[in-house]
Amino acid sequence: MANQSLEVQQKKEVVAKGEKTVPARYYVPSTDIYETDDALLVVMEVPGVNRNNVEVNLENDDLKVVARIDFSSYDGMEPLYTEYNIGHFARTFSLSQMIDRNNIGAVLNDGVLTLTLEKVQQAQPRKIEIR
Amino acid sequence: MAMILTDPFDALVHFQQALDQLRESDWLEAGPSGHGSFPPLNVFRKGDDVVIITEVPGINKSDLRIEAKGNTIRIAGTKSAGHQGKASVHRVERRGGNFDRAISLPIEINPDGIKAECRDGILALFIPRAEHDKPRAITIS
Repeated sequence: MANQSLEVQQKKEVVAKGEKTVPARYYVPSTDIYETDDALLVVMEVPGVNRNNVEVNLENDDLKVVARIDFSSYDGMEPLYTEYNIGHFARTFSLSQMIDRNNIGAVLNDGVLTLTLEKVQQAQPRKIEIR
Repeated sequence: MAMILTDPFDALVHFQQALDQLRESDWLEAGPSGHGSFPPLNVFRKGDDVVIITEVPGINKSDLRIEAKGNTIRIAGTKSAGHQGKASVHRVERRGGNFDRAISLPIEINPDGIKAECRDGILALFIPRAEHDKPRAITIS
């Protein structure tokens, strides 16, 4: 994996279920989802997002993540050549019942947001001993 | 094109449109060394100087190597993705690997004055234009 050369992944624009009322474009963050014995890890790429501008909301079974970029740093800059566009990020995940809703952790590091969704006790694998 | 940002709700939209208009303009030339298209770059002008901004989410400062020679800039490094340890994988959209990209700017730059900042997965290179390359106002006598 580490030796293969990297290609650019084009950003995907959000196709909203509920139409946005603001005209700016949102993008879908590239996401990895891993499952360990006791948690589900959702790893999202949100370059340009500061930790204060991340919203993680849980409503019913939908985990909604909105990460906003701070584009004031582009003040006074005039584009000469561009290869990608910028915009806020948004993505919604449907959670299964096995997630402990009161135990969701979020860490933002170098533009990568990692959500740790702990499983409820019953959903964790148990080793059964044979007597 | 001057940007007058009056309404903050419109500002981002206008900026997104401006970015789209210059998609792959022929301003930048591919450099003689290095290869590949990662990381994706946007180039801006700020006053007399040039700013290159690129998205490098998940890449640590220490995994980036930036070199400048003449008017060529080289950005190389390694991006790691994936989970360390035992886990089953449900979805993989992030990619890891090595990258090495070189670009030549069509202006004379001052390589000693380049400043690099890397924060929140965004790498910004502030590139001062060489003093002798700056446009000069000519007084009409």
